[in-house]
Amino acid sequence: MESVIGRYRNLVILVGVLFLQVLGLAMQVKRAGNDAENTRLIRIWTVGAITPFERALVWAQNSSGNLWHNYFYLRGVRAENRQLKDQIEHLRLDQVRLSEDAAQARRLQTLLAFKEQFISRTVAAQVIGSSGSDLSRIVYIDKGENAGIKRDMAVMTSDGIVGKVLLVYPSVSQVLLISDQSSGVGALLEKTRLQGVLRGTANGEVVLERVMSDEQVPLGEIVLTSGGDQIFPKGLPVGTVINVGSGKDLFLNIKIKPAANLSKLEEVLVLVEKQERQATADESVRVRAADILAQRLPSVPDKPAAEATPAAGAAKDAAKPNSTNTVAKPAGAAITAAPLATKNPSSTSNVPSAPAAGQSGKPADRTSTPQRNAGPAGATGTAPKPDASQTKPASPPPKSAKPPAPSDNPLPPSGESSPQ
Amino acid sequence: MPITYTSGEQVEVYRFSIPVTIGIPLLALFVQAFLPLRFPRFAVYFDLPLLVTIFFAMARRSPVAGLFTGAVIGLAQDMLGHNPIGIYGIAKTVVGYGASSLGVKLDVENAGARLLVTLGFYLVHSAVYFTVAHGLVNMTQSWSWPRGILAGLANAFLGVALFFLLDKFKQRT
Repeated sequence: MESVIGRYRNLVILVGVLFLQVLGLAMQVKRAGNDAENTRLIRIWTVGAITPFERALVWAQNSSGNLWHNYFYLRGVRAENRQLKDQIEHLRLDQVRLSEDAAQARRLQTLLAFKEQFISRTVAAQVIGSSGSDLSRIVYIDKGENAGIKRDMAVMTSDGIVGKVLLVYPSVSQVLLISDQSSGVGALLEKTRLQGVLRGTANGEVVLERVMSDEQVPLGEIVLTSGGDQIFPKGLPVGTVINVGSGKDLFLNIKIKPAANLSKLEEVLVLVEKQERQATADESVRVRAADILAQRLPSVPDKPAAEATPAAGAAKDAAKPNSTNTVAKPAGAAITAAPLATKNPSSTSNVPSAPAAGQSGKPADRTSTPQRNAGPAGATGTAPKPDASQTKPASPPPKSAKPPAPSDNPLPPSGESSPQ
Repeated sequence: MPITYTSGEQVEVYRFSIPVTIGIPLLALFVQAFLPLRFPRFAVYFDLPLLVTIFFAMARRSPVAGLFTGAVIGLAQDMLGHNPIGIYGIAKTVVGYGASSLGVKLDVENAGARLLVTLGFYLVHSAVYFTVAHGLVNMTQSWSWPRGILAGLANAFLGVALFFLLDKFKQRT
């Protein structure tokens, strides 16, 4: 017997090692469900050995990239800046228009005692690595338990959802992408309101399952989260329908192009806090399309200081940078839960003022992004052109223009400016 | 007396320093995990830990050392993913054993032999992985010969270049 084992020693060792691994696999399969959590302590060795290098390399890449793009390669920045300002103006008009619909929806939700989910806090994270295998579609991010991240938190970009947190280590987390075949997200089609389950396939495609084959699903329809999975809040963009075919068991096979570019992820947001609130219709704040249009009109020509009236002088104080009369710039990426604009009771300029970035109460990388963000709008029809000479320029002048001194920016006396 | 295609004088057994033994597989895992962030198709076609397994196994020419090298590298690769640990482990154990057994019998120092051996072991690795994932773990997999051959050739050419680079770290026993 000993001679047989000795003769086939290599083969015996091979069989033994394979048997142990098969045994380990069988145990993991039997505990399916939270398998990754069960093997967390084993996985942490490899993750701990690899991720510090990945983090260092990503940091070095970003630093050199930032140095080049922020200090040397600034070609076309001014033109881009002008384009973005124009875009902001258009978007503000769109926002006012949409806020009326939102207000109406909220009034109806209030009547139905409807509860809404808000994204109240997110953590920005950098993608530092992947599994290195096309059969395990996961990425590693550089934030973990220390940043408040927990298992099953939603991960997204500004374009759409990305996946959910699968495993959390002290300083890194493993994120399961929606294109992995073991992922599942509750989704619905925007127009037809058909609900289904979003799954990944073995070759990395994303499909919407569980939609009956007798339903009509147009190509290009937008897919949103349905909120049914208790991970992603309802209404986040998922992607668009690119192909509809017949699937198995009377269901359609709907292929989706994810809204977020899953193969080129760099920064993501982890949704660390959600709030559920009763919907309330807030009628106290109003902003009109006319107000926004008024802000785009030319400003009053500068007057000599000697001709300024006492009323104008009083208004000068209001025009100072910290005055409530000035229009704060939108809070950038941080959309606040506060209403978009309010009428200033102490002034009649009717210039809507948006809350400043700091008022959101969140640091820049912990963006507060509620689903709704604007108060109910007033009339949005075409407004008569207000008298330009009585209207304060709401937007701060562009950087290229000479910034006016506080005393050079008189506001009209009370009651004079009310563009409708 | 076993029949071999190389004479006793031709078969050379190499060893590696401890930093190389630990560092090269770790570097391969690191590159394999990092490059797909910049080149998304990299993970579809290339398997650097497999190439490192084949290289070490063939250079050491010891089936036991080869299978343990494959098992450790494979298990480490499993740990980076989220699938059950052991699928890559089993596949690379088989490859490590096979490569070192072949290294004893064949001269695998020239580029042509290395190309063919790497192509063959890539297909063996894919087949074992597919069988284990499909049969034991019930993962949905699709086997594609064109893709397998293409990826095998890509790995074989990369392997030839990589093996010549790694030859610098060989130490004669």
